[in-house]
Amino acid sequence: MAALLTAIGVTEIYRLGPSDALRQGLWIVIGVAVFGATLFWLHRDYRVLERYKYVFGVTAIGLLFLPALPGIGETINGSRLWVHVGSLQFQPGELGKIALIVFLAAYLREKREVLAQGRLKDWGPLLVIWGGAMLVLLATDDLGSALLYYGIFLAMLYVATARLSFVAAALGLFLVGAFGVTQMTPHVKERVDVWLDPYKHAQSSGYQILQSLYSIAHGGVGGTGLGRGIVTTQTGQQIVPDQNTDFIYSALAQELGLIGAAALLLLYMAFVLRGFRIALTATDGFSKLLAAGLSFSFAFQTFVIVGGITRVIPLTGITLPFVSYGGSSVVANFLLVAGLLLISNRANRQEAVA
Amino acid sequence: MNKQLRHISVAAMILLAVLIVSTTYWQTWAVGDLANRKGNETALIARITVDRGKLLAADGTVLANNRVTRKRGLTIYTRHYPLNDLAPQVLGYSTSGATTGLESAYDAYLTGSNTDLSNSLKHALQLGGATVHGDNVVLTLRPAVQRLALTQLAGRCGAVVAMDAKTGAVYAMASSPTYNENLIEQLKGYRNITKIKGTCGDASALQNNATVGLYPPGSTFKMVTAAAALDSGAYTPSSTFNDPGYCTEYGQRVSNAGNPDQNGPEAFGNVTLAQGFEHSINSVFCNVGMHIGGEKILAYAKRFGFYSVPPLDTPSNESLASGLYKNGSLWDPKNPSNVDSGRLAFGQFNMLATPLQMALVGATIAHGGVEPKPYLVQKVVAPGGGTVATTTPQTLGRVLKPSTAAELNQMMQLVVQGGTAAGIFPSSLNVAGKTGTAELGLGTIYDAWFVCFAPATNPRYVVSVVVQKQPNGFGASVSAPIAKAILEKLMGG
Repeated sequence: MAALLTAIGVTEIYRLGPSDALRQGLWIVIGVAVFGATLFWLHRDYRVLERYKYVFGVTAIGLLFLPALPGIGETINGSRLWVHVGSLQFQPGELGKIALIVFLAAYLREKREVLAQGRLKDWGPLLVIWGGAMLVLLATDDLGSALLYYGIFLAMLYVATARLSFVAAALGLFLVGAFGVTQMTPHVKERVDVWLDPYKHAQSSGYQILQSLYSIAHGGVGGTGLGRGIVTTQTGQQIVPDQNTDFIYSALAQELGLIGAAALLLLYMAFVLRGFRIALTATDGFSKLLAAGLSFSFAFQTFVIVGGITRVIPLTGITLPFVSYGGSSVVANFLLVAGLLLISNRANRQEAVA
Repeated sequence: MNKQLRHISVAAMILLAVLIVSTTYWQTWAVGDLANRKGNETALIARITVDRGKLLAADGTVLANNRVTRKRGLTIYTRHYPLNDLAPQVLGYSTSGATTGLESAYDAYLTGSNTDLSNSLKHALQLGGATVHGDNVVLTLRPAVQRLALTQLAGRCGAVVAMDAKTGAVYAMASSPTYNENLIEQLKGYRNITKIKGTCGDASALQNNATVGLYPPGSTFKMVTAAAALDSGAYTPSSTFNDPGYCTEYGQRVSNAGNPDQNGPEAFGNVTLAQGFEHSINSVFCNVGMHIGGEKILAYAKRFGFYSVPPLDTPSNESLASGLYKNGSLWDPKNPSNVDSGRLAFGQFNMLATPLQMALVGATIAHGGVEPKPYLVQKVVAPGGGTVATTTPQTLGRVLKPSTAAELNQMMQLVVQGGTAAGIFPSSLNVAGKTGTAELGLGTIYDAWFVCFAPATNPRYVVSVVVQKQPNGFGASVSAPIAKAILEKLMGG
């Protein structure tokens, strides 16, 4: 399934810019290598990771913080999310996401009972790590990832504690926080305004989302056919900026039509269901939480970007898992699949033993 | 934990399902709205990369085709009109800013996006960057007749409509002043077109005078009044009148038109209704109007299609309804006493009509009282040659009894034989017609009308001509000769 998604991605990236496809291909090779290495390294028992939970937690923040460092950090499209080492550039945030999920799974497994009682002391480390991550994201204007992390945290917290009141409280907190941030930060307020009425900002901040919607609508039910869509203007420029990364969905939706787009989303659904299936069959708490976190992050990330593109929620740029162009994203997603496979493998072995 | 896991997985499924719903919305419901939004770059490129279908005249002459240029991997089709200024107001244009005329009305066919099954299948099977080829639209226009109409109008403001008396097929729809349609997409071209004034000074070359030009119909409206008088049974062609040179309405004299050969209004003495029609005697019609009333006249006008936009293949907002106008808008008086029946009877008093509407009045009389439905497009042909759609001639229903139409036909023959249009048409053409010289309140400057059909005994062609603001220009002297030239061309082949 991951291979199929990746293939769709490379095809569309090739169509949008052949030179990018080659680099994407390289990243996929690296991704698969990392995938293989992870499987080999952790094939005995990945649960050793649990012991290093704080390492993961701090690593996550560190990775997120990396782009802010002068010298290697780089600002692209208004957000400082990139790290430049030599000719290599990547978004450490993508890897940070996996690290954070590992930390959350480990910590929540250990403290789930006490957390449910709501003692402040037990929440401390959790809030420090997670709160730190959120702060870094907000400081670097990476709203999409902030939203993603918040969603992952909520989902995993709920799985661990079964306390709907926590979820409700967190949601309430989110609404208040989101409202506050919207009012205080012009950058965010603009995003929300554009979401509510993109036509008013058609020539400025609403241009990208509008052209993307036009692009999607042009596909109709049947689509224009792969390679036949309209993606460049008369001067050869991309009609929709970033159409090979965050906005790849609008190119796919145009060329494959509603049929193809729905098929793609169903593929994501199948992938996520498979992930949750693994979580259900896993026997220990860490595995369950890790599988659930990874699966949910996958679903929620898809929702945040495609929902943003189709104006379900305000647009926040993040990549579409597996399909978008972007090295770190590809590597992170292969890592994610490796994790799920490891958990699945262990669950099956135990079943066989039992 | 498994219960929570199930909950979360359901939540994740819902989130993804929402995406399917939202994508469905944008790709089905919202498509039409988005496609027409300004600033839609995708639609813009889509429009110029379609090999738009040709517009062809009845004889196969190309009226609109494309010029092909390649630019940065895009094959761009630019519209070209080989006959330049022949019929821009009818053909319309298709630019990023607007589409008008037949280019707009048949856009779906021309761009091959009409959603019938065969087209959808065809598109589905075309893979790998093939260009969409639009269907060709074949018009009823005859370029030679259309060109002759323009030559005859010679830059004067006005219009000529020539159509088939039986089918309603429009053979010529010329609007003057005209413009070279190839200027539309040129830099400043549009601005220069809007500066074209013609001889009357205020007509826009862009508008189709045949369908939106509103002119007082003058005595051509007597066809409608006479139809009401005869069809309702109030009069016969031999009903008698005494014409002292005027009729008395509201205690005041309404005088006949001045005779070019005399000083002051003509007076005919004792005449029949038929003679009143033949010589276009205003006092006779003034009396008819006062007797049958403005309400009845307007009721018959409505049966002819006044007060509604005549059906035509061009977009309906490019045609106007004829009728009484007040302060610039169509006025349907609720109180009949507000209508000056006497003046309305001879086509003055706020009455405005389009050349197309008057052609339809003529066609109805020619066609035995049944109004043919006018049309400009005879068929749509696929690029490969197969016929996609064909127009079947239709009627707009019976307006007059056959006997009334026959009586009016006779009276219109009198006009040409010995009446206001005597000595213009050779008897071989066998023409029936009606002149109109509408007063504009500008002294001796008139709108000159002529509406006719031929051959009178078995009508095949209807011609309606108006030339605007002619100094001392009468229907007979200005417009009838144009109609004659058109009829000769049509009947001579």
